[in-house]
Amino acid sequence: MKKKIRVLVCKPGLDGHDRGAKVIAAALRDAGMEVVYTGLRQTPEMIARAAVQEDVDVIGLSIHSGAHMTLFPRVLDLLKQAGATQILLTGGGIIPEDDMAALRKIGVGELFGPGTPMDKIVEYIRAEVPKRRTVGA
Amino acid sequence: MSDTVDELVAGLFRSDARATARLITLVEDEAPEVARIQSAIRDRVGRAYRVGFTGPPGAGKSTLVAALAKHWVNDGESGRVARVSIVAVDPTSPFTGGALLGDRVRMTSLDPSVFIRSMANRGRLGGIAATTDGVCDVLDAYGSDWLLVETVGVGQSEVEIAECADVTVVVLTPGTGDSVQLLKAGLMEVAEIVVVNKADRPGADSLVAEIQSIVGMRPHSDVPMPIVSTVATENKGIDELAKTIEEYRTQQVSRGLLETRRKRNLRAKIQRLVEARLRREIWGGKGASEELDATVECILRKEETPWDASERIVKKWIR
Ligand SMILES: Nc1nc2c(ncn2[C@@H]2O[C@H](COP(=O)(O)OP(=O)(O)OP(=O)(O)O)[C@@H](O)[C@H]2O)c(=O)[nH]1
Ligand SMILES: [Mg+2]
Repeated sequence: MKKKIRVLVCKPGLDGHDRGAKVIAAALRDAGMEVVYTGLRQTPEMIARAAVQEDVDVIGLSIHSGAHMTLFPRVLDLLKQAGATQILLTGGGIIPEDDMAALRKIGVGELFGPGTPMDKIVEYIRAEVPKRRTVGA
Repeated sequence: MSDTVDELVAGLFRSDARATARLITLVEDEAPEVARIQSAIRDRVGRAYRVGFTGPPGAGKSTLVAALAKHWVNDGESGRVARVSIVAVDPTSPFTGGALLGDRVRMTSLDPSVFIRSMANRGRLGGIAATTDGVCDVLDAYGSDWLLVETVGVGQSEVEIAECADVTVVVLTPGTGDSVQLLKAGLMEVAEIVVVNKADRPGADSLVAEIQSIVGMRPHSDVPMPIVSTVATENKGIDELAKTIEEYRTQQVSRGLLETRRKRNLRAKIQRLVEARLRREIWGGKGASEELDATVECILRKEETPWDASERIVKKWIR
């Protein structure tokens, strides 16, 4: 059996609602993935811990607070510390092009602006995950 | 960065979360390494006490499990902080194969030491996944004192949890069904402790009374079934529930019933594994699907009855 793609979807920070995160979670579920949904108000520590425990292939962060330049690097750093560097860190929100480029440079994956078609995100994950998978033995 | 099973098992024995999580994935995916994992960890399996939580969707299972985890982490036996692990199962879509695993939403404020693993049932209909038991073994070897297993939200007949837990806790809420539901076969038959959660809602007392009257009719009960009212969201009744579970375990151990229970579970597990293997062997082989199609045509042409066809197929495997 082909291994299922597992994704952690979180909404870090204290701001607002998690509608966007839920829409993404549902789309990935409908694409046949196993989506671990943790809801609102997740700290980078909680996100990294959940990602390690759940052994996900992908973390998708929905960030609308403007804190992307601190949150993404912090999560990436925690993943490194945990030895979980194979996990693809991606996400979306209102993120300026320059910031996206800067984040990509430090190892964050593709980031998606509001209104990106779900198909595009699904395709990206499907293409990216096999490249990062390590065999169990 | 690829890990060997030996490295992962060494990590597991050091209680390394990443190694543990990777082993769980191998078990969950029924990877070829599972046999080796099982024999590598078997000396460390059997220490954790496995509490199964089941009940209808939305009854408050996750909230309760989180509250209990919090209780036991802070209230470790002999002053030592207890290690609590959680396995939470949610359903896989039969249409897409995808799943939304949402139990963690209720478990966000737990101590970092609590290991939580979400699982999709991957098509298994008994309320847990086919590999939930195996995942529990890994978390047992991880060093868990308490292993809390939450089933999918169940209806009446998904009671497989009873075959992999040391005790089964059934979570009910007021305002869902009446005493006739409670009388039907299934859920209540596997209950060893009943929780009436959402006791802040009207009807909780009468539900407790109804359960009491129904439990009184049970043929095999030599002890009254514990019924605990809780308001999981307000942490009410959690201490009592924890005490009830601890007391149940003490009784089981002192009367030798835990061993009996685990033997019974092991029996069921062997049967499950054999059946799964046979199913793969019979239906997963080359040409099996084509043969099935041909058999359907035969039956439709009235050349064979379904009964005869099944006999013919079985005879190919059993001499
Ligand atoms: N009023 C009240 N609400 C509660 C109580 N316990 C849980 N809830 C709420 O009930 C809803 C469902 O709780 P969960 O813990 O997710 O229930 P569950 O049984 O795990 O649900 P599934 O896993 O989907 O079957 C949430 O909105 C909880 O906040 C309670 O004691 N009283
Ligand atoms: Mg739940």
